[in-house]
Amino acid sequence: MTPHLNSLEAEAIHIMREVAAEFRNPVMLYSVGKDSAVMLHLAKKAFFPGHIPFPLLHIDTSWKFRDVVAFRDATAAQTGIRMIVHTNREGAARGIDPFTSAPTLYLRVMKTEALKQALEANGFDAAIAGGRRDEDMSRAKERIFSFRNVQHAWDPRNQRPELWHLYNTRIHAGESIRAFPLSNWTEADIWTYIQRENIPVVPLYFAAERPVVERHGTLIVVDDERMQLQPGEQPQIRRVRFRTLGCYPLTGAIESAAGDVAAILDEMQVARLSERHGRLAEQDGSSSMEKKKREGYF
Amino acid sequence: MSDRGMLRILTCGAVDDGKSTLVGRLLFETGHILDDEMAALERDSRIYGTVAGEIDFALAVDGLVIEREQSITIDVAHRYFSTSRRSFIVADAPGHEQYTRNMATGASKADLAIIVIDARKGVVEQTERHANICHLMGIRHVVLAISKIDLVEDAQSAFRKIAETFVLSAEPLGFASLQPIPVSGVTGDNVTTRSGRTPWYTGPTLLEHLEQIDAATDTKALPFRFPVQRVVRPNQDFRGYAGTIASGIVHVGDAIVSALSGRPSRISRIVTADGDLQMASIGDAVTLGLSDEIDVARGDLLVPATERPEISDQFAAQLIWMDETHLLPGRSYVLRIGNRWVPASITAIKHRIDIHTRQHLAARNLELNEIGVCNLATALPIAFDAYAENRETGSFILVDRISNHTVAAGLISFGLRRATNIHVEELFVDKAARSSAKHQRATVIWFTGLSGSGKSTIAKRLEKRLHDSGNHTYVLDGDNVRHGLNHDLGFTDTDRVENIRRIGEVSKLFADAGLIVMCSFISPFRAERRMVRELLEDGEFIEVFVDASLAECQRRDPKGLYAKALAGKVKNFTGIDSPYEPPEQADIHLVTENVEPDALVDQIMAHLREKGRI
Repeated sequence: MTPHLNSLEAEAIHIMREVAAEFRNPVMLYSVGKDSAVMLHLAKKAFFPGHIPFPLLHIDTSWKFRDVVAFRDATAAQTGIRMIVHTNREGAARGIDPFTSAPTLYLRVMKTEALKQALEANGFDAAIAGGRRDEDMSRAKERIFSFRNVQHAWDPRNQRPELWHLYNTRIHAGESIRAFPLSNWTEADIWTYIQRENIPVVPLYFAAERPVVERHGTLIVVDDERMQLQPGEQPQIRRVRFRTLGCYPLTGAIESAAGDVAAILDEMQVARLSERHGRLAEQDGSSSMEKKKREGYF
Repeated sequence: MSDRGMLRILTCGAVDDGKSTLVGRLLFETGHILDDEMAALERDSRIYGTVAGEIDFALAVDGLVIEREQSITIDVAHRYFSTSRRSFIVADAPGHEQYTRNMATGASKADLAIIVIDARKGVVEQTERHANICHLMGIRHVVLAISKIDLVEDAQSAFRKIAETFVLSAEPLGFASLQPIPVSGVTGDNVTTRSGRTPWYTGPTLLEHLEQIDAATDTKALPFRFPVQRVVRPNQDFRGYAGTIASGIVHVGDAIVSALSGRPSRISRIVTADGDLQMASIGDAVTLGLSDEIDVARGDLLVPATERPEISDQFAAQLIWMDETHLLPGRSYVLRIGNRWVPASITAIKHRIDIHTRQHLAARNLELNEIGVCNLATALPIAFDAYAENRETGSFILVDRISNHTVAAGLISFGLRRATNIHVEELFVDKAARSSAKHQRATVIWFTGLSGSGKSTIAKRLEKRLHDSGNHTYVLDGDNVRHGLNHDLGFTDTDRVENIRRIGEVSKLFADAGLIVMCSFISPFRAERRMVRELLEDGEFIEVFVDASLAECQRRDPKGLYAKALAGKVKNFTGIDSPYEPPEQADIHLVTENVEPDALVDQIMAHLREKGRI
């Protein structure tokens, strides 16, 4: 039916099997978003009729949407897969939060540092992640098997050439590989595949009436009582959905009537803004993702 | 949805020919640059743009900070777009000469190449290099995008002249299709819509051509090849082999063999999470069940019993060298073919290929971006097809053991001899028999360390001690090897590698004779010491690090060599102007400063007894 999706699916399965075969202690990063939902679905297929041979790791900044946390816990319970949840307690104790800290500092401490802590504490030598090359210009240059040094840093100028399907998986102790099975997928591919395979995703992706405030031209959903309202801000009920799910105070919603996947795909046909436009912390220049990745980000 | 499937495109050309601009224009015209990306592009164009007052589409693909600052493409960027007819993956490869390895990387997966030529400059050296790399890597379809057509006076004759020159020079390469198109990335001429500026051009626009071309080589017609990725054994009742079909078609009931062992079986099931299949083909990620319990592991290749690949441990291949450190003949690298890793070394460099002229040149080694025709030997036999017949089973990479860099891409030409013919003659008396007659186990004790550290002194005293205990021994050192077996070798890195390789092979023969061999050589490189270790059986190789500081060795200077090296009279002297790589995990670490040699010999004797060697 869709030869293009079939070949993307086969490629992702191949990459996951390769990680399982070549690494001593791999993990799959699980953000609970739509890309993670697709990855988990693909992992089940890759290892059928056996079980997924690695745990999932969720970096919980403690500022995730309540629906996201509920969906994560329900997924873990239903699949029986081992779900490691890690929060940078030390960062939280220092008072780093998405309201009063600069977004870049917040992301570095609560996501990048948290990720490094969890990878080191568990001794993972490979992390499967859901990054797509169409998300960002620096991701477009990333390898499928991407080398990280002992500091977890990415060096874009010193990447291993990646030829045919012959991935170089060799590393020394302390070094690691990030593997990206969805490298060649686009946002449209993700939704088309979710529709075709009937994959469950967090309800926040579908339009519903939610309390929002407007900040810097972005709609922020008031997800819990910790939301710090600025003077004059009064939450209003609007019909909104999310294209991407980050931390709730930093992720913009869009007004939409799309209540199911088919409607989302229709709206995407006419969308004029890119997916990560809703990420407030990523609007500080075209090269902000490259900078974060050099520091060890996802 | 796209009914012609996916087309993988490589774009290449010389620096500043406008490749990235052309790709940016394709994305824009097909609606794949959205408003916020366009706003970022307008902003970036003001900061970094090279086209005054206009949007610089190159910035949509040149994503790294350094690329934007220097207006160059360093690394392969992947971009995606689709039309109602087809989806496309574009690998935008850099034109800059020093990054040629990235172009080969992009080419390894591409169905079609767009070679961009600046209409004002015509065919340049790099154009020919790119055409030759496309040919080498097996790309069969080429679009010649003659760019900046809006900037030349007599566009028609410029276009015709360039197209004719290129077609003539590319003729020996035998591309299946070669389509010249006059375009402009900046103004969009003939990218998706026909240009009024080129009424004399009657061919397709670039997008029309990409949508129509049938670039899929008939890989289904190739013999079935299945590199086993994982053995799947979730419970007692199921055993299967997971992998991706590299070429051809497989049906339930097909007779197959495991290529290396030759053991036969039949396909009993083709398992997927969406249900069993009766048939599967190239690119499908499946799990195969076999009707017999034969020994199959990751790295094996399942093939039809009637159409088997070549099997050999020696073969000829084209190597594209991709590392800053040049090739060292004889050094042991790790080779990956399919899902199999094996130790391998380059036994001969037949010649180098000049990628501009395709001429053969004499070569003693290969540097970054050089292409050579080489003979390779692997520690164990591998199964393969010629690259010209099958890109998936004819390709390999070489990885350096220390840096773990991917140092070379390899394309196999043919096997040099059948591995089945080189089975070692079965001997009535073997190593175990010879060793036990001497009441010892064959062992190679390898002393490494700086000149003057005390290697030979300790080796000779150890030999005396072993001999007195009734053991059968031999010492190999510079004195008895350099003047005879290796008198033709000097002290360059290449010769040092060959020196150790020969000593390793001689040690192996002596070990096979059942002897305890002591080798006393500076042997400065970890890779070579590891190579010798791998020649021998587990436990047979004992690495002894004879450790004395450089200052102490210079003070001792028993042969006066340090004085000569420091005076510049001896070149490539380890520790002075040539590096020494100390062992990371020596079996025995001897610190020789302020210690009597006999105490050190005691240490080694104790180790040999503990390990059951004597």
